[in-house]
This record gives sequence, C-alpha cells and structure tokens, in this order.
Amino acid sequence: MKRHLLSAADLTRDDAELVLRTAEELRSLADRPIKKLPALRGRTVVNLFFEDSTRTRISFEAAAKRLSADVINFSAKGSSLSKGESLKDTALTLEAMGADAVVVRHGASGAPHRLAHSGWVRSSVVNAGDGTHEHPTQALLDAFTMWRHLGSLDGRRVAIVGDVLHSRVARSNALLLHTLGAEVTLVAPPTLFPVGIDTWGVETSYDLDAVLPKADVVMMLRVQRERMNASFFPTAREYSRRYGLDGKRMRTLQDHTIVMHPGPMVRGMEITADVADSDRSVIVEQVTNGVAVRMAVLYLLLSGAEGVAGADESENDA
Amino acid sequence: MCAQPADASPTGRVVLDARDITRALTRISHEILERNKGAGDLVLLGIPRRGVPLALRIAERISSVEGFQVPVGSLDITMYRDDLRMKPARPLLPTEIPPGGIDGKVVVLVDDVLFSGRTIRAALDALNDVGRPQAVRLAVLVDRGHRELPIRADFVGKNLPTSLVERVSVRLAETDEIDAVTIDGTIDGTTDATPEGSPA
Repeated sequence: MKRHLLSAADLTRDDAELVLRTAEELRSLADRPIKKLPALRGRTVVNLFFEDSTRTRISFEAAAKRLSADVINFSAKGSSLSKGESLKDTALTLEAMGADAVVVRHGASGAPHRLAHSGWVRSSVVNAGDGTHEHPTQALLDAFTMWRHLGSLDGRRVAIVGDVLHSRVARSNALLLHTLGAEVTLVAPPTLFPVGIDTWGVETSYDLDAVLPKADVVMMLRVQRERMNASFFPTAREYSRRYGLDGKRMRTLQDHTIVMHPGPMVRGMEITADVADSDRSVIVEQVTNGVAVRMAVLYLLLSGAEGVAGADESENDA
Repeated sequence: MCAQPADASPTGRVVLDARDITRALTRISHEILERNKGAGDLVLLGIPRRGVPLALRIAERISSVEGFQVPVGSLDITMYRDDLRMKPARPLLPTEIPPGGIDGKVVVLVDDVLFSGRTIRAALDALNDVGRPQAVRLAVLVDRGHRELPIRADFVGKNLPTSLVERVSVRLAETDEIDAVTIDGTIDGTTDATPEGSPA
C-alpha cells in the first residue's frame, strides 16, 4: 500500500484484497472480551473534521483506539478553524504535535490531496470524505460487506441509485468495485449525473425498474440537499416515486440480493422504512464492518517501519 | 513462524523425514496427556502458519487415545510482534479460538520451530487478551536453540543444535506438500549464509 489513502483509485486489486482480508481477521475482535490490539501503541491519529460527521468520525476513533493508538479529535466547530485559520496552519500545528496519521474530512474536493502532497505534514493522510470527490474507506467497507455476503465480486452486478452527482461514496465505490471486477450500474435522473461519467468505466441508467431484477447489490444514496443550489428534480415525491426503493420494488429483486445505504438515510425519500428494516438490508452491518475496515487501513498504513512503506513507492508522486 | 517460506525444491540436509515427524508428534501427544493427566481441560492453539497443522495432528492423536475431540484453534501473533515498527506491514493470519474459550483451561501452544523465543513472547501477550488460562505449555517440533528471552518448551520433537548462519526449514504436507525438516547453509558459508531473517 501507499503511504496515504486519498482515492479508491490508488488501490490496486492486491491492495484492496489485502485490506479486505485484514478486515476479516480484525472483525473477530468484536467478539473477544478485550477488544484491543497493541499494533499502533504509541502512534497518534488525528481526526481532522472540517465537516460534520458522526458515523465516520466515531468509526475512525473506535478503529484507532482498538489498535491502541492515541486519538486526537479536531473538529471545525469550537477550534481555531472557526476563527479563520487556514488548512496550512492547522496542518503545521498537527505536524508540530507529532501526528502519525491524519484522518481528514473536508468540504472541498482535493483538500486531503493538498494536505498529503504539500510537504506540510509527514504523517499518513487518510481521506474521510472530501467534498463531492471521494470517500475511499466507505467504498472499502461497502466492498467488504458485499464480499462477506456474496463471496468474490467478479462479475457481480451492483446498482448504485440516487444522487450520484453529489456523492463521493458513488465515485469511490464505482472505482473500487471496478478494480475488484464487479459490474457497476449507476441509476439516477439525468440531472444528477456528473459531467464525464463516461470515463468512470460504469454503466448508467435512468430506469430503476429495469436495473433491479439483475442486481446482486442495490446501494441507495441520500439526496444531498445541503449541496444543492438548484432544483434537480421537480418534487421530493416525484423523485421518491421514480428512484426510491419501496417494498414493491424490493420484491422484484433476486433472493440473494442485498440492500445497502452508506447513511445517513432519509426514510421515505430514497428508501422506505419497510425496506430499510427488512432482512435484505445490511445497513447496520455496514457500520460494524466500517470499524474493522478502518482498523485494517490504519494498520496497513501505519504499522510498518517509518519510511519503509513510503520510501519504496509513493515518494515520487509528491 | 521461524521457518522461512519453503522453497519449491527442498535443498539442504534432511534432519527429520516424514516418519520422524510422525513419531515425534505421537510422542509429544502422549507426553502432553501424561503431563496433563488426561485431555479433560486441554486446548491446543497452533501459531500460524505451520503451528496450526501441527496442532491439528496432535489433537487427532490425543483424540484417538482419549476417545473425544480436543478443542483446537489458532492464534495469530502478528499484531503482538516486537518488530512491527521495523518492517513493512504484514498481513494478518487467522485467529480462531475454540467455542469454549480458554478461561481456566490448559492451553498448549504449538509452533514449528523454537528459536529466539520472541514469537512465544508475543503469543503469551496475545493469549492475555483472549482470556486467562489455568496454565500455558509450549510444544514445538524443533528447538534450534539461540534463545533471546527466558522461554523454554515443555514438549520438543527434536533438539537441533544449530549455528546462527544455518537455516532450519519445516515443510508440512498441509502447507508445502511434503513433510520434512531440513537445514540449509553451513558454517563455511558455501550456500546461503544469511542468518534466519525473522528471529521473532
């Protein structure tokens, strides 16, 4: 693995499978009386969250703590960031504190990349979501969840439905699932597809009902109204009728098909309550798997010798 | 964990062949039973990779003598190694604790080669996080000496005095298609003179 995890595209198939296998071993830790491993003892992980997040932040925090790392949480609210401090000055502060890894979420696409390659910090940078760009650990945990339910992802059909335009989850998933051999179909109204979607290596469709019967996995995305500054569809109700997953649509799925959602979900909008609470839904399991996958990522990025993991591959892309 | 990944073609001097290994494991099985006065509260934990098939073989022999299945599992020690920070990240190996757990049991750790003792030190730490056994014993197929920690084996297949430049490789049918213990490298350094890579 490289020294940073900025994009799902950075992961080769071998890297991704190593993360999944490592996560599988780490998942059993949740069943043990002492849920702690000493691998990252004495290392410091900083959660640097410029955007609100509960799930991802506590997931990273739990992962780091289970590996015995020291965790410092740094959120925009209540810190100097709200007083106008720049990303650079924040980064220099973290560097001075001796962070070994920085988990960063930022509203601007590319902020983690800037942090990793500017020379401001020497630590590993993990992208925990940047704007509408990428969210690679979410893609890894989604792939892990699919892998546990379906086995190999080669040739599996994954439908990702909803607000693709604003979704970093959709992009990271499309990239990673493509690497792992799955066939991805993105389903959305025409207004919610980003420009340049044809370069993603995925199928696209406007018709949810045509895609569902063939899918092995259906992943519903939240409509990110907070990022919308125009009207992308006439009404919420119309969106829900054409692109929401309800009980009737769920019955057209194959028996083994699972339903996923990266959260937070809006019941009644993209997914109805009966679907979210059904046996097919693995939404709660995704959260459990998130901790194991993030442990695997932190372990693989941080546990190696300092300089060894970075020296032989990633120094040239700075 | 001490044995290097076996080469495709076995080289070096064979010190234990398949029949020697079988005999050694049978003797170890009986010694465990004798020492423990039966298999009542035994749990065998192999240290991946090659400790696991050895543990399974010993369990099979104990079962055939005692007439019931002895719990067998595996214990990965990767995260407890003392050289984690000095080498690139290693992939994890499976840890499977038998359903009954290890609390109050007599745990027999099984590994292929006992060398520096660092693997066993790590295994003791790992056990500590899994539960509290009544006692922990150690069974190894080969004890090659050169301990760096105050650790000894309770059950030894073969004591093999070696020099540090020699390399002991254990091959097992389950992982390497053949049962054999060989020594590579000599003191005059004509073959591979590198000391065994990972002393842990």
